[in-house]
Amino acid sequence: MRTPRILMCPPDFYGIEYEINPWMSRSRGSTPERAHQQWRNLHDALVKLGVKIELMQPQKGLPDLVFTANAGLMFGRRFFSSRFRHEVRARETPFFDAWFADHEFTVEHLPEGMYFEGAGDALFCGRTLFAGYRIRSDAAGHQHLGKTFKRMVLPLELVDPRFYHLDTCFCPLAPDEAIYFPPAFDAYGRKVIESHIPRLLEVEEPEAVRFACNAVVVGKTVILNTGSDRLAAGLKKWGYQCVFVELDEFIKAGGSAKCLTLRLDGEEAAIWN
Amino acid sequence: MSQATSQERVEEVELQGHIIDSLLLPKVLDEILTRGGNFTLRDIRIGQEQSDPSYARIDIRAPSDNVLEDILDAIHDHGAVPISTHDCEFEPADMDAAFPEHFYSSTNYRTQVRIKGEWVEVEDQEMDCGILLDRENKAARCIPMTQVRKGDPIVVGRQGLRVFPAEASARQSLFEFMASPVSSEKPKGVTVREIAAAMKRTRETGEKILAVLGPAVVHTGSVEHICEMIRMGYLNVLFAGNALATHDIEQSLFGTSLGVSLDRGLPAEEGHEHHLRSINTIRRQGGIKTSVDKGVLKSGIMYECVKHNISYVLAGSIRDDGPLPEVITDVLDAQDAMREHIRGVGFCLMVATMLHSIATGNLLPAWVKVACVDINPATVTKLADRGSHQTVGVVTDAEPFLRAVVQELKNV
Repeated sequence: MRTPRILMCPPDFYGIEYEINPWMSRSRGSTPERAHQQWRNLHDALVKLGVKIELMQPQKGLPDLVFTANAGLMFGRRFFSSRFRHEVRARETPFFDAWFADHEFTVEHLPEGMYFEGAGDALFCGRTLFAGYRIRSDAAGHQHLGKTFKRMVLPLELVDPRFYHLDTCFCPLAPDEAIYFPPAFDAYGRKVIESHIPRLLEVEEPEAVRFACNAVVVGKTVILNTGSDRLAAGLKKWGYQCVFVELDEFIKAGGSAKCLTLRLDGEEAAIWN
Repeated sequence: MSQATSQERVEEVELQGHIIDSLLLPKVLDEILTRGGNFTLRDIRIGQEQSDPSYARIDIRAPSDNVLEDILDAIHDHGAVPISTHDCEFEPADMDAAFPEHFYSSTNYRTQVRIKGEWVEVEDQEMDCGILLDRENKAARCIPMTQVRKGDPIVVGRQGLRVFPAEASARQSLFEFMASPVSSEKPKGVTVREIAAAMKRTRETGEKILAVLGPAVVHTGSVEHICEMIRMGYLNVLFAGNALATHDIEQSLFGTSLGVSLDRGLPAEEGHEHHLRSINTIRRQGGIKTSVDKGVLKSGIMYECVKHNISYVLAGSIRDDGPLPEVITDVLDAQDAMREHIRGVGFCLMVATMLHSIATGNLLPAWVKVACVDINPATVTKLADRGSHQTVGVVTDAEPFLRAVVQELKNV
């Protein structure tokens, strides 16, 4: 069995320094000690599940570097670097690129003019890449990726600004299973998800806004923010166990468990070969 | 050009990827329709394997720039992007009265050129011309070879150019129903009704009706029908040659056409001189208009034209007698005069003249509907063979046809 490998970045410089999604409010701010503790708890929970954690060096002035899921998209040894829509996040790219280059990945970039925010907006479910677009990433960017690595790419339009990345409203569990929050998608997107994924579990709004879909899947364990008991009960019936980690300090920036991690060896649901 | 098509804006976009499975193609098409546009799928290629991307090329048509912008903005997010287009290329003419090598040779279809990133309608659309650019004012127009002056920027190559074939630009035409354009075995009643309806519609939209008439109109005794059309306001421009005008005047002055009495159908005594005497009379008065003004010419097609301020162009030919003073004997000048009067024409009725019909067909843009009436099917066929595909042909004698059309025009 393979050892899951996940990239994380300690929240040494994490904070709410700008507002680029409806969750962020500079006046509310975050509490550094609490953030540190929550991040550490997530880290430890993953280690406990046998995950090998790779750590990036935090950088002053880049508060969102903790959200490694947005670094880019993994496909085998290829790392497709993000092209962030917001300048404040685009500054993270050189650091992500340097880390991947140093760790024997091939770093690739999308053509100019196409926005793409990595695993935040692109998730494999089976052999197919499901991709969120409109708010942060472009459909054209995803189509470009599909052409590059010859996989079916299904762009899904995100219509609720609170769920600005695909990984905030959709989480593949296995090649044929996923959880999702339907109102975050338009009618076409919902139809595409329903017709391509055989088993779907719907997340309800009170849990969706607690980032229930922003979960990390390791084997049959789903790690997510607290307060999603309903989803946990549903997942239990499907044979999954949930591990809750309080992550509200990061929800202040619009991210949770999934955003804080980047699976380097392929998500549980992904089929790369 | 009908107003609906002249204001229509068009952009060609492409969409690629898994556009079928992701429902992006239907979504883009829905967006176009719900935002008030329309589309034509120009090309679609569906991937064979699951991982194969598909491709669609879509022409988007919108009633205005704003609607088109709105559509393009909306579908851009779904990955539909305008096909990368470049401005059209041009070269300054290196000499007078000739195009640079590799010039773009125009068609009679609606054409647009891209200037500084913007699609611009080509004016004075005419087949077998070049396109003269006015980059400063973002304008372009067709220009015949002889009018080129050294230094004129002339479009070369095919880049940054798009041509709209008739089926896309004139769908609503009532002439569509006539599948085969020419036949002597069609019910004339239907054809006549449709032609009359087209004339009525043209007049209602404020466009001009052009008549191109040959001398057989006079020989067959149809002068009064044409006069009636003029009086009813169904004829705004007349193209003809020396012969039509001469025989029309001959009939007015002598009651004969080519010496044959139109009342009795028999040659009149010394009748063969009538047409020349008519020309001479008019020449002595200084022209057709002065003859009408002085009361010398009191009836007929030319008389009605003068009385109702109908513009006419009489183009000369090598076999002309006289000719009448208004006849333009330099063919290039005659072509230019015809071009001048073709602007704003929405319907053209050609009766009994091969020479002038083909000459006019060469100048008309493809969206101007043409009815060509001739006893000889070859006239209509020749017109179509020379690229005037918008022609509906009626093979019949001029007089009964014109009589029936006038009757239809009178029926409200």
